[in-house]
Amino acid sequence: MTDVNATPAVQTGETDVLMPELLGPKALMWRKFKRHRIAYVSLWVVGLIYLMALFGEFLTTTEINETNRRAPFAPPMGISLFVEQEDGGSEFLLHAKGLKLELNRAERRRTFVVDPDKIIPLGFFVKGYEYKLLGLFPMDRHLFGPKNARDRVYFWGADRLGRDIYSRIVMGTRVSMSIGLVGVVVSLFIGVSLGGISGYYGGWVDNVIQRLIEFIRSIPTIPLWMGLAAAIPLGWPPLRTYFVVTLIVSMIGWTGLAREVRGKFLSLRKEDFIVAARLDGLTDWEVIWKHMVPSFSSHIIASLTLAVPLMILAETSLSFLGIGLQPPIVSWGTLLKEAQNIRTIIQAPWLLIAPGTMIVFAVLSLNFLGDGLRDASDPNAH
Amino acid sequence: MLGYIYRRILYMIPTVFLVSIVTFLIIQLPPGDYLDTLAAELSDSGGLDTGTLEALRDQYGLGQPMYVQYYKWITGILFHGDFGLSFEKNLPVNDLIWDRLGWTFGISLLTLLFIWITALPIGIYSAVRKYSFGDYAATFFGFIGLAVPNFLLALVMMYVAFKYFGQSVGGLVSPEYIDAPWTWDKFVDLLKHIWMPIVVVGTSGAAALIRIMRANLLDELYRPYVVTARAKGMSEFQLLMKYPVRVALNPFISTIGWILPTLVSGEIIVAVVMNLPTTGPMLLRALLVQDMYLAGSLILIVSLLTVLGTLVSDLLLAWIDPRIRYQ
Repeated sequence: MTDVNATPAVQTGETDVLMPELLGPKALMWRKFKRHRIAYVSLWVVGLIYLMALFGEFLTTTEINETNRRAPFAPPMGISLFVEQEDGGSEFLLHAKGLKLELNRAERRRTFVVDPDKIIPLGFFVKGYEYKLLGLFPMDRHLFGPKNARDRVYFWGADRLGRDIYSRIVMGTRVSMSIGLVGVVVSLFIGVSLGGISGYYGGWVDNVIQRLIEFIRSIPTIPLWMGLAAAIPLGWPPLRTYFVVTLIVSMIGWTGLAREVRGKFLSLRKEDFIVAARLDGLTDWEVIWKHMVPSFSSHIIASLTLAVPLMILAETSLSFLGIGLQPPIVSWGTLLKEAQNIRTIIQAPWLLIAPGTMIVFAVLSLNFLGDGLRDASDPNAH
Repeated sequence: MLGYIYRRILYMIPTVFLVSIVTFLIIQLPPGDYLDTLAAELSDSGGLDTGTLEALRDQYGLGQPMYVQYYKWITGILFHGDFGLSFEKNLPVNDLIWDRLGWTFGISLLTLLFIWITALPIGIYSAVRKYSFGDYAATFFGFIGLAVPNFLLALVMMYVAFKYFGQSVGGLVSPEYIDAPWTWDKFVDLLKHIWMPIVVVGTSGAAALIRIMRANLLDELYRPYVVTARAKGMSEFQLLMKYPVRVALNPFISTIGWILPTLVSGEIIVAVVMNLPTTGPMLLRALLVQDMYLAGSLILIVSLLTVLGTLVSDLLLAWIDPRIRYQ
């Protein structure tokens, strides 16, 4: 791989020599990446999702644990723009129509109908419940919501306790997306160390580590995860459960990474610049971190990006089964747990559709992003 | 070839040993031992019998060091086929699991078949008609298939089947057939139900295989030998099937190795959602009530059978591809 690629200098015909515009490997990668349209858009989407995770409270409309006895399984409310005036004209007012319970005689149960008289004005930067932005700054403003702090709107419906699904999904983003990140950091650490040792030293060490990886890959993951996750005591504080679940999830992710790192090490070991570095008297540690890792770090970043969605899916599956994160914690998985049986889904499809769409959306954009990064980091791809 | 088989089986031994150790650790993870739970159960029902408890304690080596317990557990399984007792149902694990394991592997194998049957033609089509509408459709389907978690797909399909087709969902047969003896009607009813878990579990695998097949075939399609054959006037279909597809097929078989574990995993989680009479719901239930011998046995056998399946796929590959045999 050539490190520096010169674009041809613009020949102006003058005698003065123009310095060719030099693009480093990073700039070249960025250029290649930007050409991959879907990946470039996905980068923005992923960025927005992480911003949503960071500033969750600001985007919510209701406190996530606040229940409402008058709104169990309330359907999603639409946002309307115009209100009918008494004189027949209409006036612009951002609002949602309220809901009221009405006895449905045909189905012999109470259902929600739109109450045309109850108008909930909506606005930007409205006052709502108090929170701390980024855990630091006390605030009570929210990006979008009812102007009157005592009104309740359910953009994406409510669950069986009348909790706002929209706010819960926004807050669940923080847990679900960060599990992916933290898990990837753990995988990175284990994968690069073991893969590096395996590829750098070779011999029996390599053999043992390769067998271990084969072993982990050859057993079905879900039963194993289930066994480990089920051993988490229910009485543990949420934060500890969160970290243990993350560890369990990342236990599998490192194997793929370790294999790739090993392959790279094996091929790099004989390269001239590595031999030179070793002959210069650098220690193994220095050779690895100063010369080998930088030469394939972009490739690792791409693999890591592709590992994040796998971890998100793993967490979601475990929490959905009820053995991962437990209810006080809100994640996409625990939200989907509410939609576990077909009767609930028939009654309130939004319990399935809203978190499900979020998951598919996040996983898809992370996959596209990873694909784009991998193509961009591979100098031979075109 | 014999040498390869021999080596490959020898390599399997440490794997099997590791599987048993991990399973044993999972059994040991929950605090307290199995007899504590049993004692609590028995004293609740008033039938606490110290003699029985002591006999059991001795049989499983409880209270003794870890390796003694492991030794007693593994020798019990190896030499007597004794997987221990399920304390929740108060029955030997042996009586409970084989039916369910049969279904799990039956469904997994059918799913594998489904994946091959769909991925092969679609993959070939995608490669031959590169950048056509069908290719884009397959790619799109592939990305969706990889992004939607199994259980979510299961829920959506159940919802659609129930709401728009009025089909009874969940289970492998309709409620009225559950305890009925096997008849033609029951078989037909089974077919009406079983396609759903197969499609759900198979989607992500099929999506992955389509992409692999497409990439492999694209590597081969423009090789000189293909051009030569075409120049000699071979019919396009015959040419395609006889040369590039055969070469591209190789990685197809080697993927059984990693696809089988994911299928079994997927089957387990989908079974919980769809309430199938397979390993999934039983394992989940056993883990939630900490019926550890039952859970451990299920994990052990599912993992072992998967390892065996991988072995078979490796041998199959070696049989087809001589380069692997002589490595």
